[in-house]
Amino acid sequence: MSRYLAIYRLTFRNSLIREMNFKANFLLWMIVEFCWFIGQMAFIEVLYGHVDQIAGWTKWQLVCLVGTHQIISQIFQGFFYINLANLPELIRTGRLDIMLALPVDAQFAVSTRQVSFDCFVNTLVGIGIVALSLVKLGITPDAWSIVLFLFAVMLGVAVHYAVMFSLAAVSFWMIRGQALIHGYFNLFHIGRYPDVVFRGVFKFIFTWIMPIILVSNVPAKLLARPFESPWAGLATLIAATAIVLGLTRVWWLFALKRYSSASS
Amino acid sequence: MTARLAKYGKVFTIGLQNTFVYRWAFVLRSVVGIVPLIGTLFLWQGVFSSGGGSIAGYTFSAMILYFAMTVLMENLVTPTDDEWQIAGEIRDGRLSFLLLKPMNYLAYRFSLYASYRLLYSAILAPGIIIVFFTLREYIVLPSNPATWLAFAGSTILAALLQFFIAYTIAMLAFWILEISTIIFITYSFEYFLSGRIFPLDMLPPWLSGVVKWAPFTYELYFPVQIFMERVKGAALLEGLAIQAGWVVIMWAAAVTLWRRGVRKYQAVGG
Repeated sequence: MSRYLAIYRLTFRNSLIREMNFKANFLLWMIVEFCWFIGQMAFIEVLYGHVDQIAGWTKWQLVCLVGTHQIISQIFQGFFYINLANLPELIRTGRLDIMLALPVDAQFAVSTRQVSFDCFVNTLVGIGIVALSLVKLGITPDAWSIVLFLFAVMLGVAVHYAVMFSLAAVSFWMIRGQALIHGYFNLFHIGRYPDVVFRGVFKFIFTWIMPIILVSNVPAKLLARPFESPWAGLATLIAATAIVLGLTRVWWLFALKRYSSASS
Repeated sequence: MTARLAKYGKVFTIGLQNTFVYRWAFVLRSVVGIVPLIGTLFLWQGVFSSGGGSIAGYTFSAMILYFAMTVLMENLVTPTDDEWQIAGEIRDGRLSFLLLKPMNYLAYRFSLYASYRLLYSAILAPGIIIVFFTLREYIVLPSNPATWLAFAGSTILAALLQFFIAYTIAMLAFWILEISTIIFITYSFEYFLSGRIFPLDMLPPWLSGVVKWAPFTYELYFPVQIFMERVKGAALLEGLAIQAGWVVIMWAAAVTLWRRGVRKYQAVGG
């Protein structure tokens, strides 16, 4: 364990040095995410120009939800996104060989090659938006709900990781990285909507098989809708995260067996 | 002339074959691609359940038709990979091989784009039919033949516009090594301003007036408005004129940037 921490500390430092060398790129990626986020906010503004509430959610509650989604997805993207997006390329070129030969767990090696620091700036933007929404709602969260919120956010990051990692591992069979990136963004598109709008089979699939709906809803409700009991949601999120992480591990090991290196 | 066309016909066929190799990636992508549509339908159900019968002149049923048509249009005309491939060819120096061939690069790329979109639509057709069949109680087809004609015309213009925008942005790869940030920034504008997540006439009137002059409006939103017969008469003609104007502007930009870019091209690694 301490060895893994030491390795990760080095990765962290190298990524930081790398980021310092490409300052323009750092800034541009920040702008990219910022543009998307502004769009989200504009969408809420447009929607609530026509209605007062959506399935019981007021404007600032929804803002809190979108802000929470931003925090979770940006933490995920900061630590993992670029590494997972590169997995298809590693498989296609056969560079995965080197990763497999390293004296650490291969899943760890491919998942933690670099850190993108621009995402953490956008995480701060998300935190700011959540704070603003709480001010507008007139809610002052106690320490306990903040702790639970952070815990739920961590579970959310794990779910994002599991879903995208499973998608990335599909490229052991077919090689098209771009399709995969679209897949991730398409799936998590629905993560910013209040869970109550979903019904039927769709709700079941995206609560249990791919717990995308829960991810932002559970933490956001903790803060923005304190009148709802959070326990059922939290328990579901914990169970779903455990299941989806376990399945990802099984899927990865299964896919790895099929790997027979491209070149070399 | 026919010989020249035959040449690009060949490129078109090669494009079809290349695309077909990746058919499973397409299928996976379209299955996942349907998720936002379903999410959108649920969200708007929530919106309408609290907003009453009509929002910005859309009934719930009209709103569903709007999004079904937007998704259909997106699959028909939105380039998926073209800008990445073009930028990649410039960056890696693979462009050198193509420059040596007696071909116009823009025509070459357009042939590939056309074959790509055509096959993609064909592969997706069963899925689209299922979606439209499931939503059949909300689907109203226009009765006026003139509407169909205007819609077809506007769809072709939308395809040209989207292709030229993608091509123009990819041209920046001549000057900037890493253009994915620029592509993603453009995506974000296209995403919100082409009407993909809400119909643009939901915007406050002053913004609608501004957005009317933006190219993104004519990528998806405008053809769908024609199809739904929400834009007619003088407004329809005006819209088509603006759309055609943007096609010409983006085409000119694409050609100009190409000329300048090739002059600067160094074939790194080629």
